[in-house]
Amino acid sequence: MSQGQTGAEQRLVTPGMAIGPSAGKRAGSGIITEQETMIATQLGWLQEKNNTMSVHPIHSAYMPRSGDLIVANVAEVRNNLWFMDINGAFQGLLPMSLAPWKVEFGAARQHMDVGNVVLARVQEVDECHNVVLTMKGVGLRRLNQGAVENIPVQHVDRVRGDGNILLQRLRDASDCRIMVGENGRVWIDGDSNGIAWARKALKMVANKGHTTEFEAILAEMEQEKKGDA
Amino acid sequence: MGGYGDVQLLREDGSRLDGRKLDEMRPVKIEAGILPAADGSAMVTHGLNVAVAAVYGPMEAHPRKIQRQDRAVIDVRYNMAPFSTSDRIRPGFNRRSREISKVTAEALESVVLVERYPRSKIRVEIEILAAEAGTRCAGITAAAVALADAGIPMRDLIVGVASGKIEDTVVLDLDKAEDNYGQADLPVGILPNTGEIAFLQMDGDLSPDEYNLAMEYNFKAAKEIHEVMVDALQRRYQGGDV
Repeated sequence: MSQGQTGAEQRLVTPGMAIGPSAGKRAGSGIITEQETMIATQLGWLQEKNNTMSVHPIHSAYMPRSGDLIVANVAEVRNNLWFMDINGAFQGLLPMSLAPWKVEFGAARQHMDVGNVVLARVQEVDECHNVVLTMKGVGLRRLNQGAVENIPVQHVDRVRGDGNILLQRLRDASDCRIMVGENGRVWIDGDSNGIAWARKALKMVANKGHTTEFEAILAEMEQEKKGDA
Repeated sequence: MGGYGDVQLLREDGSRLDGRKLDEMRPVKIEAGILPAADGSAMVTHGLNVAVAAVYGPMEAHPRKIQRQDRAVIDVRYNMAPFSTSDRIRPGFNRRSREISKVTAEALESVVLVERYPRSKIRVEIEILAAEAGTRCAGITAAAVALADAGIPMRDLIVGVASGKIEDTVVLDLDKAEDNYGQADLPVGILPNTGEIAFLQMDGDLSPDEYNLAMEYNFKAAKEIHEVMVDALQRRYQGGDV
């Protein structure tokens, strides 16, 4: 898979577990160094890449970063801004100045109301977790059709695959437009059979993507879809 | 906890009433990820104690006055179910549950990397389904496994364990009779990898030598419980769907 995981070969670490001496290696995410020993801080799979040890967590919350492409829901509307549910610990804020329309003061609700889904980008995150979103940019828009599926945030890279290879396979097999948000929300648009297949495939990738039998299961699902078509 | 001289808690051969040795723990079983709706969860069975912990978050801290600009707050709610003891417990918070919630939150704050989540709250719910002395320790152990299951970064897995004194003898892991009629109780929260103590309470009196022996028992038991905790987390995910 995208991380080259095969399940059985990976080492599962728990918080506080000593990984090994820190000499000559860098501590990545999920690792701290204490008294020249690397210690895991999260439950997850241990990885080594470019001489950096890190833990690929089994569970993690979405922590927004500037530049993230996300699928967000409108949670609240004010006169001049929208509060967006970004599937994280904090709501994001979309000011009318960063909306793609010319919005009059007090007319925000005419453009987007509670429950609407948008494709947005994280403009700015400060140290206190204030998140500002923007919808100014190529492709950023309100999503008026299709379906949204949630996947665990830590499996976003897995669903994309190296160089988006896996995502492209899912798009081709389902004949749907699929956008994967960094916040673990996936927008799928196409015919109802395609959406249903894509949802099933996304769940399978999230659950089985690290196992050796993954490729065979996906190939079988693709064949089934072709047969149905 | 002053002790009752007329209650016999040790047999003539020196063993305890339930047959355990002085430094023997009640059996411990742990299962991680038992509640699908929670971000992380665990159930700890320690002797006849059954503690379930659920973790939610990190989430925005409400009300805003509890927010800390530089770190997360840990909001612990410890509660004993009305059916957890032989006498029905009146539902809701009481003085004891508030105290245990507070000390548990402080113990967990010392191991969770709270500075990673400013202005946030991590909610920990501990429900005691069956009680037989040592519920605060079982609750802390369950909370630690649930936090790890939720992917919350921590320096170590904190273990709750207790020793005490009965009939002038230091013993590990008091059961109900020993807790009720014993002379002292020493519950401790231990970080097994570093040997640090995250919380310590003492009810009753122990001499320095008795205290040292009790802590020796606690550290030994903490290592054993820690192995069960790691095994529970690994069993849940090794080779499974993740």
